[in-house]
Amino acid sequence: MMPSSSGGSWKSSGAGDGGVPDQFPAGLRVLVVDDDPTCLMILEKMLRHCNYEVTKCNRAEVALSFLRENKNGFDVVISDVHMPDMDGFKLLEHIGLEMDLPVIMMSADDSKSVVMKGVTHGACDYLIKPVRIEALRNIWQHVVRKRKHEWKDFEPSASADEQKPPEEPDYSSSANEGHNWKSTKRRKDEEDEAEEKDDSSSLKKPRVVWSVELHQQFVAAVNQLGIDKAVPKKILELMNVPGLTRENVASHLQKYRLYLRRLSGSPLPGGMNAGFMGGPDAGYGSMSSLNGLDLQALAASGQLGQLQPQSLATLQAVALGRSNNSKSAIPVPVIDQRNIFSFENPKSRYSEVQSQHLNNSSNNSSKQINLLPGIPTNMEPKQFVSLQQSGQHSFGSMNHQVLIQMGGQSQTQSQNQVQSNTNAHHGLRQPVLSNDMLTRGGVVDVSTTVYNPVVSVSQASSLVDFSMNHKTDSSGSSYPLGGSLGIPNVRATSSALQGDGNLDTKVSGRRIVPSYDVFNDLNQNREWGLQAVGLTFDQSPHSIQVGLDASSPLLLQHNRSSVSEMGGQNRILASGKVIFSPEVEARTHHNGSNVGQQRNTYVKTESHTDGSFHNTLYSEQYGQDDLLAAIMKQQQQGVGQPENEFGFDGNALDDLPV
Amino acid sequence: MAAVSQLQRQFIEYTTSLYNEGYLDDQFTQLQKLQDESNPEFVVEVVSLFFEDSEKLLNNLATALQQKIVDYKQVDSHVHQFKGSSSSIGAQRVTNVCVHFRNYCEEKNLDGCLRCLQQVKHEYILVRNKLETLFRLEQQIVQAGGSIPMME
Repeated sequence: MMPSSSGGSWKSSGAGDGGVPDQFPAGLRVLVVDDDPTCLMILEKMLRHCNYEVTKCNRAEVALSFLRENKNGFDVVISDVHMPDMDGFKLLEHIGLEMDLPVIMMSADDSKSVVMKGVTHGACDYLIKPVRIEALRNIWQHVVRKRKHEWKDFEPSASADEQKPPEEPDYSSSANEGHNWKSTKRRKDEEDEAEEKDDSSSLKKPRVVWSVELHQQFVAAVNQLGIDKAVPKKILELMNVPGLTRENVASHLQKYRLYLRRLSGSPLPGGMNAGFMGGPDAGYGSMSSLNGLDLQALAASGQLGQLQPQSLATLQAVALGRSNNSKSAIPVPVIDQRNIFSFENPKSRYSEVQSQHLNNSSNNSSKQINLLPGIPTNMEPKQFVSLQQSGQHSFGSMNHQVLIQMGGQSQTQSQNQVQSNTNAHHGLRQPVLSNDMLTRGGVVDVSTTVYNPVVSVSQASSLVDFSMNHKTDSSGSSYPLGGSLGIPNVRATSSALQGDGNLDTKVSGRRIVPSYDVFNDLNQNREWGLQAVGLTFDQSPHSIQVGLDASSPLLLQHNRSSVSEMGGQNRILASGKVIFSPEVEARTHHNGSNVGQQRNTYVKTESHTDGSFHNTLYSEQYGQDDLLAAIMKQQQQGVGQPENEFGFDGNALDDLPV
Repeated sequence: MAAVSQLQRQFIEYTTSLYNEGYLDDQFTQLQKLQDESNPEFVVEVVSLFFEDSEKLLNNLATALQQKIVDYKQVDSHVHQFKGSSSSIGAQRVTNVCVHFRNYCEEKNLDGCLRCLQQVKHEYILVRNKLETLFRLEQQIVQAGGSIPMME
């Protein structure tokens, strides 16, 4: 309809009254979409009365084209839910993906389910008709909020430092486990993030290698933007990594989203473990990708410094969690994720982002993975290890705190979740990525100081405690983000980790508090390539399978034949980098559903000469693809969201060097 | 002036009764507040738009309910829209009928739907007449040189 002069910024271009310049929120550029002409006219009038610049449209398609033509032409969108040509939620998704603008939904329908849908689809507010002008006066807050987050992203170091600290007290709902985990994780994330950032910048290679740091940055960016709204362009801007192209980001994002989806939605079938354990190489591949993701995420979150896994895990967890939450109505995840985010605040956004991605990524699991494909050496072996350890994440279990118990991390085998946890750990030599992985809810039990806080598997799910790796530094083995389980805190929820004798995971119900100590040992001994650092995650026959099963986003889904979901992601892992896709973590949120899935991610620590223990982390068993697939599945399942409009081809981690 | 003040009094009384009888609700007041010099006919414009839209909706509803096989989703969608627009201008009674109407749609109760259709039509016509009367009064006041009292 009639586009008003959108162009400008907030300056009081349209304000008209008195022409006070920059009198925010005057001049806010609003796009209103409603097929009801009466409402449209009234809204327009009301918005004008608020001194906003209004453009109205009665068709969603038209609105989208306006938005596409003027990428920066609008500040906020208000859309009706019921429209004949396109469902309001669909429009919401499109906008979120493509433009990352705040979208406010409105409807005469005030039923809880519809409002909930708005929330899950990422609407920043929901207005009930008849809309009153008072309700419209404050919409500017959504714009500010969004921008604020974006700005934060731009200053990673700064923000990281500032923002992280406050997070601590923020234990989000994940109630118990989440607590320690979160705080620990947060701290870690902050550190890691700061550290990682530098590294990543130097990481420019012709072929993008999604190192842990890079991934973390990515995740942070995504988190900042909001998983629903993260578009490659913006992510790229936020990441500000020279040499990184939009395509790289786009491809990675796809994977990440898949990962998130898996984490949240698709509980991996019990077979996950098996899947992971599948061919070592394959496993690694996927694993690494997963890990990589996580690691990256972790790295990004700054945590990688030491236990990359943790942060990654957390991130993943968060991401996963998010996905879970939003989509799969998994109660836990929501909490977890939120928690994760909360603490990490600015930085932790990564995790959030991840989870968001996970959530959002209805599409491809591929995204998740390979967060770390390229992370070869960045990760400190230890960290990576931790990722592995958490192998137990039960994908299915929501709580996926994938406790990647690497090596002996005592991953608290998440009791419930880790469905198959038992073995998960074993294989994981790698220190459990305590990255706060997924902490489903942030549950990554970061408390296990040894390694990244072991993601306390809040949910019984076998959270692969990727978070364990946070602390990897102690172990000396860095967790290579690349290979390392990017899986953030995959806290293998208790169950998963159990088998592992080494890990002293205190599986407290859910919390898997892997004693990363074990891990440390492992790490210390070797790089991630750790050969069995001692993480005997393998408690069960299969090596540590990161219970990526549905619940564990950890890419360790070997069993998951859903590898396919992962699309190309798995491959990334194959490159030997264990990429713990955040899925693992996030997924842990799936409580229940996938709990059984704990896949033990066998973190096979093969001594990689190249130092990228990615592979090692994941024992062959984990087919990365599997993991990814699993993760994806999880996400998808839980999510049930429409595939997104990513427009990418979702699968493949194209630019991940495998 | 006497004429004006008389008209104004009439206006106030009439408006008050409309509110009291539930034909209009606070949302209508909101609309009136939005009217200003830059757009002095705003309320009339919006309400006219509402009338136009409503008539279309009512026709669509009648058609939909006359089908051999009634598509209740479609019917519901129309009603939903009607509910939205009527509530936006403050036509409270119309909105209320729409709520019941939607329930019948959900139950796929054809009889109930048909009754509601009649009812909503009836309420719509009533509120339309009332508003037209109100606008006429306003016009008269303005023509007589007076100003329209603000209701609050």
